[in-house]
Amino acid sequence: MEFSVQLISALDSTLRLAAPLVLCAMAGLFSERSGIVDIGLEGKMLAGAFAAAAVTAVTGSVWLGLLAAILVSIMMALLHGFACITHRGDQVVSGLAINILAAGLTVVLGIAWFRRGGQTPSLGSDERFGPLTWPLSESLSDVPLLGPVYTELLSGHNLLVYVALMAVPMTAWIVFKTRFGLRLRAVGENPQAVDTAGISVAWLRYRAVIMAGLLCGLAGAYLSIALGAGFIKDMSAGKGYIALAALIFGKWRPYPALFACLLFGFLEAVATRMQGVQLPVVGEIDVQLMQALPYILTVILLAGFIGRAIAPKAIGTPYSKDRA
Amino acid sequence: MVTQTIQDPNRDPVSYSIQLAKINKHFGAVKANVDVDLNVVKGEIHAIVGENGAGKSTLMSILYGFYEADSGSIYVDGEAVRINDSKRAIELGIGMVHQHFMLVDNFTVLENIVLGAEGSWSLTSSLYKARNKLQAISDQYGLNVDLDAVVSQLPVGLQQRVEILKALYRDAKILILDEPTGVLTPQEVDQLFAILKTLKSQGVSVLLITHKLQEVIAISDQVSVMRAGAMVATVKTSETSREALAELMVGRKVLLRVDKHVANPGKTLLQVDSLTWHDETDVPRLDDVSFKVKAGEIVGVAGVSGNGQTELLGLLSGMLDVQQGQINIEGICIDAQHQMTPKQIRHLGVGHVAEDRHRNGMVGAFSAEETAIMGFQDEPEFNGKILQNRLAITEHCKSLMNTFDVRPADPDLKSASFSGGNQQKLCIAREMNVSPKVLLVGQPTRGVDIGAIEFIHQQIVSLRDQGSAVLVVSVELEEILSLCDRVLVMSEGRIVGNVLASETDARSLGLMMSSSRSGDQMVQQGSQS
Repeated sequence: MEFSVQLISALDSTLRLAAPLVLCAMAGLFSERSGIVDIGLEGKMLAGAFAAAAVTAVTGSVWLGLLAAILVSIMMALLHGFACITHRGDQVVSGLAINILAAGLTVVLGIAWFRRGGQTPSLGSDERFGPLTWPLSESLSDVPLLGPVYTELLSGHNLLVYVALMAVPMTAWIVFKTRFGLRLRAVGENPQAVDTAGISVAWLRYRAVIMAGLLCGLAGAYLSIALGAGFIKDMSAGKGYIALAALIFGKWRPYPALFACLLFGFLEAVATRMQGVQLPVVGEIDVQLMQALPYILTVILLAGFIGRAIAPKAIGTPYSKDRA
Repeated sequence: MVTQTIQDPNRDPVSYSIQLAKINKHFGAVKANVDVDLNVVKGEIHAIVGENGAGKSTLMSILYGFYEADSGSIYVDGEAVRINDSKRAIELGIGMVHQHFMLVDNFTVLENIVLGAEGSWSLTSSLYKARNKLQAISDQYGLNVDLDAVVSQLPVGLQQRVEILKALYRDAKILILDEPTGVLTPQEVDQLFAILKTLKSQGVSVLLITHKLQEVIAISDQVSVMRAGAMVATVKTSETSREALAELMVGRKVLLRVDKHVANPGKTLLQVDSLTWHDETDVPRLDDVSFKVKAGEIVGVAGVSGNGQTELLGLLSGMLDVQQGQINIEGICIDAQHQMTPKQIRHLGVGHVAEDRHRNGMVGAFSAEETAIMGFQDEPEFNGKILQNRLAITEHCKSLMNTFDVRPADPDLKSASFSGGNQQKLCIAREMNVSPKVLLVGQPTRGVDIGAIEFIHQQIVSLRDQGSAVLVVSVELEEILSLCDRVLVMSEGRIVGNVLASETDARSLGLMMSSSRSGDQMVQQGSQS
């Protein structure tokens, strides 16, 4: 019984920790499936987090905060698009620039506006997305096994966790069941085929990066006005990169990417619980080692266990009409 | 199979589906099209021939909306139109089958055809509707392809058919085909021509861009010849000949067959025994390949590209490591235990004109003189104590350019700025300059003008006559047959034929080439309907 309580609690934090990864991975999926490398997930998310916290702190409305996060993140995405699509710049360089820009600008603006050393004022409980309790969770909590799963694991998360989980089937549906999705997949594989079919490659890719911006904005808002209560310097803490790893790990497919995000979230949840715990034989495990596990795992698995991850063929190459 | 074209008796005798008038297009200082006129009669097959850089592709790109002309007018079915993008061209009923297929490899045939013409936002319903429409089209034109097959798994002949279906699905009444036969076996070419005849009988006008003159003669109704951006002639096919067309293209008389004596083979210089090679995914690319090349003979390797020729050249030149079997160059043995680097092999007296010159034969951004010493850059004659001897390098390049007629003869010009033919002449000059005992040549005339082809062939023959052993890999059967003395046929990594060039023809080589192709059955099915 003790173990199952532990497990459910670990899975519960897995969901909370994986939510921003899932949103970012889906963001990356749109961008990269269209052929645009998106190393700037991190920066977009961070900028979104700052915008959400700042606007919420000033207006007191989480919804305005959420909207601000999405708008700012989309603007960053458009900047990336402008550099990579319109001007055919290097996508990795542009993405890195966005990360650096976000890391610097959030702190500078935070100091200028709020004078708290780069943080935003901490938000009260009505200025955050609070937990949503599912109907009947009180009365069902005593049912063995199913009860705790329902009450502890599924119920009681904030709205954005559910949005993140919904984003996966939505993404899968858009990518595989709609006209936009067909064209998106095509443009990431062979943009010339798309161009000769009379479709604008640039406009299609712009729409893809806008989708990425939107989802990163949600992830940012989640960090600062749902999971946290305000913006802290560098609060994205590499989650954008982990999400990118999860995307590659999931071979640019929505459900496998979701699975990878959950796995990484689970490792993080376990890592926190392992702090100071004496295990038989090995003793206490270094926290740093546990935190490095997702990366180590990605490298090992990509290196051999899951076979070669085949990226969209045209990824990273700017499209130009000239065939010479 | 369609044996006879059906003539519509009510057809207006001068009804044009496409008219181009005074089309001009320039890129920077280069005039790609100069006052070009073209009239395509409705329901005819109209061929456009010309050397590389003559302006055919630019003209077709203008017609398909890839580029816009600087001046001039376009009429479709007699009406003046402006085509500023491919979408507009498609709306006007113009379809194009590009030389490099515009297909998404990991999509199914159906998804590829529907892309860009989906109709509604929901993919499921558009795929469903497309399936019905395509059934009707394939019945009408006799074009059968499995709609659910993944494109990358289809043989090229069928991939091309998908491209044609794509155009017909968009109700194309004018079909442009850019070098459609380059990648096909002779049998697949026959099937393509049968399809084109059916299209013609159904009133579709076909514009055929090609450099293969015998195909022009075989299939077209009219031929237009372009040279240096201008349209130099339009003639009825029945009133012209290959020789006349070649002369119009080049502007002087051209020898189409290689002028050479019968070979007089001496001792064996290159011997290959049971060479087997697997790629990194463990797919066998070469399977027990054995052959000999003697001094004073040219041996050709024929086959559809991707059947092991590239790997064979890679192993012989040292770019790939030998896994099983051995290579013997004048008594020196290379096998899995005794590998040799390309440089060591070069020092044995082996020259290598790479198949893909842009990747392995030159560096586009380097000047011509740098390209001219690649592989020989460590030779003492090009080096001082510390620095390179640039003077010697320039002189060397100048002399190569003179002997091999490379134009413009400017050692400082970027390699990429030369035409394909001149790049190839420079690469061949570099390899032949040291009189190699064994010369490996991959695709000697790929992307090379007809005038330069003649010259390159003559040079290869003269090297043979000096007693070198020459191995030529080419996908052009015409070239293999006229240049080589003996022909090896490769299919799926195996040598499936070894015949004297004088005792065979394209048809029987084609049969050998396709003898064990996995896609064969599907190709057969398609042609019977």
